[in-house]
Amino acid sequence: MSLRRPAKIQPENFEFTSSSLEAANKIVSKYPDGKQQSAVMALLYIAQRQNDNWIPLEAMKYIAKFLKMPYIKVYEVATFYTMYNLAPVGKHFIQVCTTTPCMIRGASKLVEACKEKISKNECELSSDKSCSWMEVECLGACVNAPMMQINDEYYEDLDKEKTIKILDQILRGETPKPGSYRGRINNEPENNRKTLMDFKNA
Amino acid sequence: MLNDQDRIFKNLYNDMGSDISSSQKRGDWVNTKEITDKGRDWIINEIKESQLRGRGGAGFPTGLKWSFAPKEVGSRPHYLVINGDESEPGTCKDRDILRFEPHKLIEGCLIASYAVQAHVCYIYIRGEYFIDGQKLQAAIDEAYEKKLLGKNAAGTGWDLDIYIHYGAGAYICGEETALLESIEGKKGQPRLKPPFPALIGLYGCPTIINNVETIAVVPTILRRGGKWFASLGREKNTGTKIFCISGNVNTPCNVEEEMNIPLKELIEVHAGGVIGGWDNLQAVIPGGSSMPLIPREKCETLTMDFDSLMAEKSGLGTAGIVVINKDQDIIKCMARIARFYKHESCGQCTPCREGSGWMWRMLERMAKGDATKDEVDMLGDVTNQIAGHTICAFGEGSSWPVQGLLRHFKKEIIERNNLDPIVQKKNNIPYLVDQHLLDKKNA
Repeated sequence: MSLRRPAKIQPENFEFTSSSLEAANKIVSKYPDGKQQSAVMALLYIAQRQNDNWIPLEAMKYIAKFLKMPYIKVYEVATFYTMYNLAPVGKHFIQVCTTTPCMIRGASKLVEACKEKISKNECELSSDKSCSWMEVECLGACVNAPMMQINDEYYEDLDKEKTIKILDQILRGETPKPGSYRGRINNEPENNRKTLMDFKNA
Repeated sequence: MLNDQDRIFKNLYNDMGSDISSSQKRGDWVNTKEITDKGRDWIINEIKESQLRGRGGAGFPTGLKWSFAPKEVGSRPHYLVINGDESEPGTCKDRDILRFEPHKLIEGCLIASYAVQAHVCYIYIRGEYFIDGQKLQAAIDEAYEKKLLGKNAAGTGWDLDIYIHYGAGAYICGEETALLESIEGKKGQPRLKPPFPALIGLYGCPTIINNVETIAVVPTILRRGGKWFASLGREKNTGTKIFCISGNVNTPCNVEEEMNIPLKELIEVHAGGVIGGWDNLQAVIPGGSSMPLIPREKCETLTMDFDSLMAEKSGLGTAGIVVINKDQDIIKCMARIARFYKHESCGQCTPCREGSGWMWRMLERMAKGDATKDEVDMLGDVTNQIAGHTICAFGEGSSWPVQGLLRHFKKEIIERNNLDPIVQKKNNIPYLVDQHLLDKKNA
């Protein structure tokens, strides 16, 4: 289990904006009548997006009221799942996969790059307060290892230099192109494709 | 090597685009009505005849699973749930289906929902695959527009709604009952079985849960016939499978191949060989991190299917092959996997919650050479205390890789950790100090 604690400094109130509210109502309608509790995970995501990428306790209370469920149940969900940030993170949130398939292809170099460029420690804001990074468990792009995720996008087939380049772009406020950084197409064997050749040339 | 015509996922590398018109060119959605018109029993029998086994790891026969759904819909509606929570280290096959072959999955959902009489289908996608989920959502929207979903979906007379539910970074939600809990808006902690989800599942209603890949191959099987699928591979291990080859190989890739393909062929032909040559191979994890590793000697002749790997005391799992060469420290690799399991344990059962951390800490010290001789056997004991003593299969999943390490690399561990705490007293190991010695000191 991973230990997760909410931030010490919390905002005093939280409310969905009108666009969040619309999205929330749409999600609740996906589930059968009386089962609106199912929407709690999606609503926490909405709150996270609205509140600069993290979820304050007030948002959990708000969602509990919104879905007519006990606050502790929302709290349970928010603290159980690791993708809900309970404390402020950077606007650009960098997650480096370091599980074995990435590790044996050099994920530690990516971590080094993050330490050099962003901050010495995990989950610590960079000097300009725009970025933070952390090590995470398998992100499910093992054949593109080593890789990292910045907000929603995957950056694959990296090494230290490429990571530094991406992080520089991020720090300059640019959006680097997601996907493979060795120029291969998706998950095909690089320059070694032996299957589905007719379709490749079509 | 499998013929290209026999490959089910022809757009695995996105050569042709994933939208509906290119999917139709590949044969999706062509005669869905003809298939459903043959009736539920025909569909389920055809799947049984194809001997399709679940692609999510456990390898349960899909046709049999579908036949567990009640024949008549009672007061409670039926649900179909698709498991796209792919989080097993080494596995990344479902992601390619979600983003490049979404219409195979959606059509499979329609046929499977018809077969198990479900009108609502939830697709559970891990939260990290948000972008890929958006691509699937676009495909679903497209299908609604073309009347392939919704009321009278694709002219079959069956109503079906498909919704995506995003997870939020919990590996355990890949376990089917934890996944149901998660859809219900709770912590993803597995339920006791029985009752099995086929009778009491989502919201207490009959629910069939299948992996993304399992459902995505269903339309092709029904078009080309169960016999065709069964003719690939070998008895009880039929058909094709997407293999993910990662780790120390020259060209890591996803590739769809026939079941029972030699491991060496997968590595040498598709993945471009082991970095440093075949002789540099140390071990292979054949089916995602929870399957015990296989040492090099056995990799020469090993074939990749459920039963032949079972005979090697490992398993096909999700077919995520992680190749580890001799440049890597195998104990460190396994310690990292143990850390993964320590992080992902849901905390419900004590043996797993405490044991996964215990295994990790021991392995970390063993990787550094700080452990004592007798700890090697103690580690084996700990794994046996976890496996089989938990509600779900996570206990096995976390202890099998460690058991595999002990089975094949015990010599290496002992060589590195030959410390005897009582005789040599070199190290002060906090929780290994002999309690009797302490007593004497105090006396």
